[in-house]
Amino acid sequence: MRMVKYNKELLETFYYKMMKIRRFEETVERYFLDGEIPGFVHLYIGEEAIASGVCTSLTDEDYIASTHRGHGHTIAKGADLNQVMAEIFGKKTGSCKGKGGSMHIADFSVGMLGANGVVGGGFNLATGAALAIKVKKRTNVSVAFFGDGSSNRGTFHEALNMASAWKLPVIFVCENNQWASTTPYRTTTAVEDISIRAQGYNMPSKIVDGNDIFAVYEGFKEALEYVKAGNGPFFLEAKTYRIKGHFVGDPEMYRTKEEVNEIYVNNNPITRFEEEVLSEKLMTEEQLKKIREKVEIEIKEALNFALNSEYPDPSEIFDDLYV
Amino acid sequence: MREITFSQATLEAMAEEMRLDEDIIVMGEDIVRQGGIFGQFKGLPAEFGERIMDTPISETAIIGASVGAALAGLRPVADMHYADFLGVAMDEVFNQMAKIRYMFGGQTTVPMVIRAPDGLSLSAAAQHSQSIEAWFMNIPGLMVVTPSNPADAKGLLKSAIRDNNPVIYFENKILYKEKGPVPDGEYFVPIGKAKVAKEGSDITIVSYSIAMKKAYEVADLLAKDGINAEIIDLRTIVPYDKETILESVKKTHRLAIIHEAVKQGGVGSEIAAYVAEEAVEYLDAPIKRFGAPFTPVPFSPPLENAYRLNSEKIAKGLKDLF
Repeated sequence: MRMVKYNKELLETFYYKMMKIRRFEETVERYFLDGEIPGFVHLYIGEEAIASGVCTSLTDEDYIASTHRGHGHTIAKGADLNQVMAEIFGKKTGSCKGKGGSMHIADFSVGMLGANGVVGGGFNLATGAALAIKVKKRTNVSVAFFGDGSSNRGTFHEALNMASAWKLPVIFVCENNQWASTTPYRTTTAVEDISIRAQGYNMPSKIVDGNDIFAVYEGFKEALEYVKAGNGPFFLEAKTYRIKGHFVGDPEMYRTKEEVNEIYVNNNPITRFEEEVLSEKLMTEEQLKKIREKVEIEIKEALNFALNSEYPDPSEIFDDLYV
Repeated sequence: MREITFSQATLEAMAEEMRLDEDIIVMGEDIVRQGGIFGQFKGLPAEFGERIMDTPISETAIIGASVGAALAGLRPVADMHYADFLGVAMDEVFNQMAKIRYMFGGQTTVPMVIRAPDGLSLSAAAQHSQSIEAWFMNIPGLMVVTPSNPADAKGLLKSAIRDNNPVIYFENKILYKEKGPVPDGEYFVPIGKAKVAKEGSDITIVSYSIAMKKAYEVADLLAKDGINAEIIDLRTIVPYDKETILESVKKTHRLAIIHEAVKQGGVGSEIAAYVAEEAVEYLDAPIKRFGAPFTPVPFSPPLENAYRLNSEKIAKGLKDLF
């Protein structure tokens, strides 16, 4: 039994966001492998509960800074799905007019300050956005999503220190998916729990099961309360596992299929959610099905939108460089 | 006209702009209590309180957080202490600050200024003496200004703060104490526009920042031999004023570029290549570039002296063109 009472709307939001991300990523994977999507693509499959559990509590006026694995954050934050899909296909109707692609997806209209092709590039951006919130005496927060691997960047340490020293309203959400690109994080990271590093910056932290959306949601609520009370930053570590390779096409020489499959079957955030809400009679199979159908329609629409959109004209190459 | 120092001119620019726009904040090391290591922020904390912030010694956080704050509605001015330390925060400068507007399809602007004190002082040696402006000529998405005198220092800083593009403002450390005429009241020096600092007919000398002093010295030496040099103060490195340079070269038929930074791969190289491409038929002599030798800045005074631009040598080199 959960400590918090979840209403129908919230439960539907959880499932809707997670399913939307999952189906989006599966669709992107298929079209990438078919050669229809250019560039690199890093999938968020298996980590959906984190972006969904966090962004459910945010508004468009709150900011997030994302990573190279950013589709999930973008979708969970409420970005227009058609534009996100079109951007990944490199079309001019994309969120970034085809200038960014998967690794540089952004939607400023919903406070999504951008994915980042540089691992660890988002810490300082989120910290700066939090500074702006504080200077302008707003009540919003800023969230930095990041992986275990990037906590070894200097930017992590500089941002955590500055945010804490200045008591900025930022929440550092570590998605510990156990893989720093193709390297098991424990072989290159000195600590088991990334969140222990928060202590060095006088910052409270909490570890949650990142594949349990209820745990993520509740952990983030606690973080939000702390930060919104003006106490400064909070560190939330969500333990998860990266189901897909570092990028689509990764030969994954560094792990076995069995290892991945074991987690996909037994610790899948979406099936865990389904099992729990059904067994606790919080939702019916009919409700879940309706949401899945809604998601299918949206994914199909986004895909059609992307496929039917034009590529940018070469003459647009100089657009939006300078103001 | 009243005369004030370069440093005071930058202070006036900051204060005037900060009074008009509450979104302007200033952050950097040693600013609040120290007033900046060269005194270039003195008095601002008293007037603007919490809008002036002492940062940790964390260059990536200073620039990165400025970028983030700019994305969320502020107009930060970030002080780099020494231009040399831009290297510490290079990812924030060239992968974040310079690219965000373009790679996100123009969804946002990044209105911020990096103030970067540069150049040789007295034996500050390899890591506190560099002029690195040329690096940023190779990075689309940002602007670079290099004032050479107090009036331009004020006018360019005000323009930089008002501009919605990210701007790097290189301010020469030796120039801080130099006095010069500065107009009363509000004025702006436009970014991207060079100034014909001295009209002439026989050779065009393009320079900027502290090397402008050398340009004047060289022009005086040439005048003794009856050579009338035209001097162009570039004022902005990115985007540089191609029109003014071409116009002048078409008139004088000779071109020299002088800067304190290393000659190889310098601003002079770009201008020389541009003029060679666009106006070689107007040239009566080879283009000459003058800059530092291709070494780190040495410490010992005789070595540092050998590193510096030498007006006599430059003038001699230019006389040979006639």
